[in-house]
Amino acid sequence: MRVGEAELAERQEAGGRVLVVSGRLDVHAAASLWRQMLAAARRPGLCALDARGLSALDSAGAVLLIEAQRAAGGIALIPPELPSARAALERMARGLRAAPLPPPPPAVGPITRIGLFALGVLAAAARRITFLGEVTLAALALARRPWGLRRQELLRHLEEAGTRAFGLCVLLGTLLGIILAFQSSIPMRKFGAELFIPQLVGIALLRELGALMAAIILAGRSGSAFAAELGTMRVNEEIDALTTMGIDPLPWLILPRILAAMLVMPVLALVVNLTGLVGMGVVMGGLGVPAGLVIAQLQQWVEVKDLLGGLFKAAMFGLVIGIIGCRCGMRAGGGPRAVGDAATAAVVGSIVAVVMMDGLFALLFFRLGW
Amino acid sequence: MAGEGAADPEILVEAQGIAMRFGEQTLFEGVSFTVRRGEIFVILGASGCGKSTLLKILIGLYPPSSGRALVLGEELCRLTGRRRLAALSRIGVMWQQGALLGSLDVLSNVALPMEQHTALPPEAREAIARAKLGLVGLGDALRKLPAELSGGMLKRAGIARALALDPEVLFLDEPGAGLDPVTSAGLDRLILTLARESGTTFVVVTHELASILAIGDRCVMLDRQARGIIAQGDPRRLREECDIPAVRAFFRREAA
Repeated sequence: MRVGEAELAERQEAGGRVLVVSGRLDVHAAASLWRQMLAAARRPGLCALDARGLSALDSAGAVLLIEAQRAAGGIALIPPELPSARAALERMARGLRAAPLPPPPPAVGPITRIGLFALGVLAAAARRITFLGEVTLAALALARRPWGLRRQELLRHLEEAGTRAFGLCVLLGTLLGIILAFQSSIPMRKFGAELFIPQLVGIALLRELGALMAAIILAGRSGSAFAAELGTMRVNEEIDALTTMGIDPLPWLILPRILAAMLVMPVLALVVNLTGLVGMGVVMGGLGVPAGLVIAQLQQWVEVKDLLGGLFKAAMFGLVIGIIGCRCGMRAGGGPRAVGDAATAAVVGSIVAVVMMDGLFALLFFRLGW
Repeated sequence: MAGEGAADPEILVEAQGIAMRFGEQTLFEGVSFTVRRGEIFVILGASGCGKSTLLKILIGLYPPSSGRALVLGEELCRLTGRRRLAALSRIGVMWQQGALLGSLDVLSNVALPMEQHTALPPEAREAIARAKLGLVGLGDALRKLPAELSGGMLKRAGIARALALDPEVLFLDEPGAGLDPVTSAGLDRLILTLARESGTTFVVVTHELASILAIGDRCVMLDRQARGIIAQGDPRRLREECDIPAVRAFFRREAA
């Protein structure tokens, strides 16, 4: 058979069949002939591979000849007469000898796999607990010597995580209030209970949604930024440089970030709460409920403890987002994807942790009757 | 433009009065040279003289401000579609840091050009990639990710990938940069072996003196002050005979 300028044929000799390849065996001919030639080589009864008639041979063609010889069980290969083709064949044979197929990874049974997974989870938990312990010790040491805190760094992060997030909080808070009021007005109207929308929205915002929305904003904006910044510092060996200068990176880099996240969160949650209530008020105005009545309803039903509970949760969310963002950055590995992976892990981990904590707080507040 | 190099099939790369300007600033101008088949041609010069920019012009990444860069008779930066792909399959480039894709193992990185340019089945691509990696001395690192390789190994893997399609011309950007002298010398030996055995033409950008003298058949030297080529020829003769102060300073490692 003829493909391009290469030809594959068989010849019968005393010892058995001989596979004859001739013409120009370049990469394109090799591509077309590859499977066919290997299949022919695997058929029993082949005694030699004759490549004498090749007029050109590139490295792909040479590898095909060697693979065909191997597939036929190492039969004789009569090399090409053309010196350059013979050189290509020798070169590729040398290359393949130097790069044997790596053995397949050892088979892992399902039970071993479960065990390895469990060990991985335990190791990850141990790393997290260690980091938490280190941060706690550093925080206690700082509490004893509060002047050791880098105020400039704290102020920078307060500005980055807090002041610059105000606009976003105002926008999302207002929209949240409007959406909640509109959505609840549809079923409430059926029962003529529009008047209760303010307390529904008010309690939902102040106790839950304000803090949760602020947490999502902080995780997306600042948690990822902490991880990316610290991850870049890790990759650039800046953290190693600090350590060798005798500077502990925990109080220097991490505590200001965690403290900043914890301090800005109640403020951000308050902004979301207030703008959400304003958004709700606008919708109520549209529904024909006077502002005075809305305020009176809120005063009657929403208590200060609702607000304080929400703000306390917000501070705790900030603490967790700060810790997770910093931990993800500090354990960033090498390679081009390290920083991106750290930022992704920070956002995902923060949001999961915040929602889980919110569930725990709901249970706690319910038991406390708060 | 096609076929102009065909006037002399032995000339594979030709720079015809190339100039590169960024706004008012001229990086270099009037750069002309030819690279013949089978040569190891070195573009050398001090840092910031535009060596790497010239390389990017030759391989068609940047259009020159004026002049023409012909590789295998084609101006790569002007080609489009199938002709561009066909021309690109005949050249190979090794980048300064290897530029392997971080998400693929070394073997898949080397097989990538074959996936793009040929109809070879996957097992064929893998076998050829394996042979190329064996030739550059990375036979035991087939399944490693680029992040697990040292600087020298990254460059070897970069060469293996550039060699995947048996290119006629191989462009190397700073092969010795950032390597220890032993690894760098090993890489020089590899380049020489590949050039002598497969007849591949090399265009090498470097400022490593030892490499230039070890592998260069011919060279051009760029200079920032002169904004162009200040010397060309056999690097060993330039070292011995050239009396241009900048060239002497370069070859004798004297501070400017």
